[in-house]
Amino acid sequence: MIISSLGQGLLWAPLAIGVFITFRILDIPDLTTEGSFPFGAAVAVSLMIKGQTAITASLVGFLAGCIAGLITGLLDTKLRIPSLLAGILTMTGLYSINMHIMGKSNVPLLNEKVLTEYLPSWNLDIQTIILGLIVTGLVVGLLYLMFKTRLGLSLMATGNNKEMSSANGINTDGMIIFGYMISNGLIALSGALIAQSNGYADIGMGIGTIVIGLASVLVGEIFLRGHNILTRLVAMVVGAIVYRLLLTVAMSLGFPADDLKILSAVILVVVICVPIIQNRIQTKRQLKKYLQQMEAKDDESSTSTAPTKGILSRD
Amino acid sequence: MKVLQVQHLQKVFFPGTENERHVLKNINLQVNEGDFIAVIGNNGAGKSTLLNTIAGTLSADSGEIDLADHNVSKKSVAYRSRWMSRVFQDPKMGTAGDLTVLQNLVLAQSHTNTANLHWYQKKDDVKKYQELLKTLNMGLENFLNTQVKYLSGGQRQALSLLMATLSQPKLLLLDEHTAALDPKTSQEVMKITDEMVQRKHLTTMMITHKMSDALKYGNRLIMVQDGQIKLDVKGEAKQSLEKEQLLAAFA
Repeated sequence: MIISSLGQGLLWAPLAIGVFITFRILDIPDLTTEGSFPFGAAVAVSLMIKGQTAITASLVGFLAGCIAGLITGLLDTKLRIPSLLAGILTMTGLYSINMHIMGKSNVPLLNEKVLTEYLPSWNLDIQTIILGLIVTGLVVGLLYLMFKTRLGLSLMATGNNKEMSSANGINTDGMIIFGYMISNGLIALSGALIAQSNGYADIGMGIGTIVIGLASVLVGEIFLRGHNILTRLVAMVVGAIVYRLLLTVAMSLGFPADDLKILSAVILVVVICVPIIQNRIQTKRQLKKYLQQMEAKDDESSTSTAPTKGILSRD
Repeated sequence: MKVLQVQHLQKVFFPGTENERHVLKNINLQVNEGDFIAVIGNNGAGKSTLLNTIAGTLSADSGEIDLADHNVSKKSVAYRSRWMSRVFQDPKMGTAGDLTVLQNLVLAQSHTNTANLHWYQKKDDVKKYQELLKTLNMGLENFLNTQVKYLSGGQRQALSLLMATLSQPKLLLLDEHTAALDPKTSQEVMKITDEMVQRKHLTTMMITHKMSDALKYGNRLIMVQDGQIKLDVKGEAKQSLEKEQLLAAFA
């Protein structure tokens, strides 16, 4: 179960990293995710059926996601459509495009050679883990290098403070579009990988992916905290794996497969609430401690000097 | 030699409605190299609108803006930043809080040369920026790898100031940059500002509500009232101005 979750988690990791780029780096809630994930799957599977290799198909899937991101980016920055709506528009449009690409709602991979089959013929779970490690390692490595360049720094600055960034000569619109493209490219890549792992592309496979992505981001941040970009990227991979493990555990408890989406939503609610509850408990403790200290001080002053009562006295 | 030329600048807020307000009324202004201008005026007089229009965050309804011999009237903030830097009123506005002090300085240094695939940090950057930060006398040289959001308001504003002057801009805009600070820190930041402007020979426009600062700093004073420049004095005429005269002019 753990081995299987690890492999699946690694295949979902590019999605988590993609969501991290828009949600955390650019501070934008991008719903294109739900369209670009099946877009990557549809493009990759269709190309494989037409005789392209899995590697080419996956790369083109990534590029297709970049185009989806480009469209949302243009709607957001050039037409000034609010980012949430821009994402919804692209996602909605992509449904039809995906249907056109696939020709029907579900396209299976029958005899096509998927990425795991390029690896030595070990156990499928091990093959999935190795493939996941290679792809995720490449993604994390390349992004880490990108964030060490002025381009990456400009991207981070744009998401953090747009006014300051443009005042420092950064083309903030360009950076936002670039962020959307990279993000959706990675999400589509994840779609292409998952489609190959599942053995089919389905028109409905994007439903709930934003929840999966956000949950992975938040779970990852619970496990690994820090402002170093490498730590943050690795946290996303950890988040994707742990989230997949949580789902697998829930499923093993006997929940039917149809409940997967509601379980995803519940896990997201829990990971959002846990830090809030933790903070509240910590604040209450600190307040209690502070009040006790004040009362102790108050008692000291009332016994040593005058019979005046402190503000915090309960008498 | 002129650095900034503003001609017939007009700006109307809420045009065609009952709230229509003419914020800038045919403003003409020439700023020469080396000028350090204190801009004063009542709330709503139009001084911030004037600064925002020059910076490019607001577009003028009509008029021309020439900056360093380039017509920038229709150009973006990023384009204008080739010759212009700005320090905002809110210390949080001028820096990226999630980035480290070093990363903020690198951004300001690379300025027009951003968004390429060169490594953002060079070998001697740490030493170079530590030396620069030492000039602020705020101990910031020890926080090079600290996220800016953990700095105090004064430290953050001093850093903004240093960032704004790193690329030796033709024009430095200071938008009430000490207004959000406590009196002591405000004085410190103002002192650093003056030192920097003098040392780097920066042409500067500074909006302030403090009459004492307006009189003490700079070689020129402009009073904006009701969308127009009501007073423009420089040199000895500015030096001989008294606080009471200014207050009377406000009335």
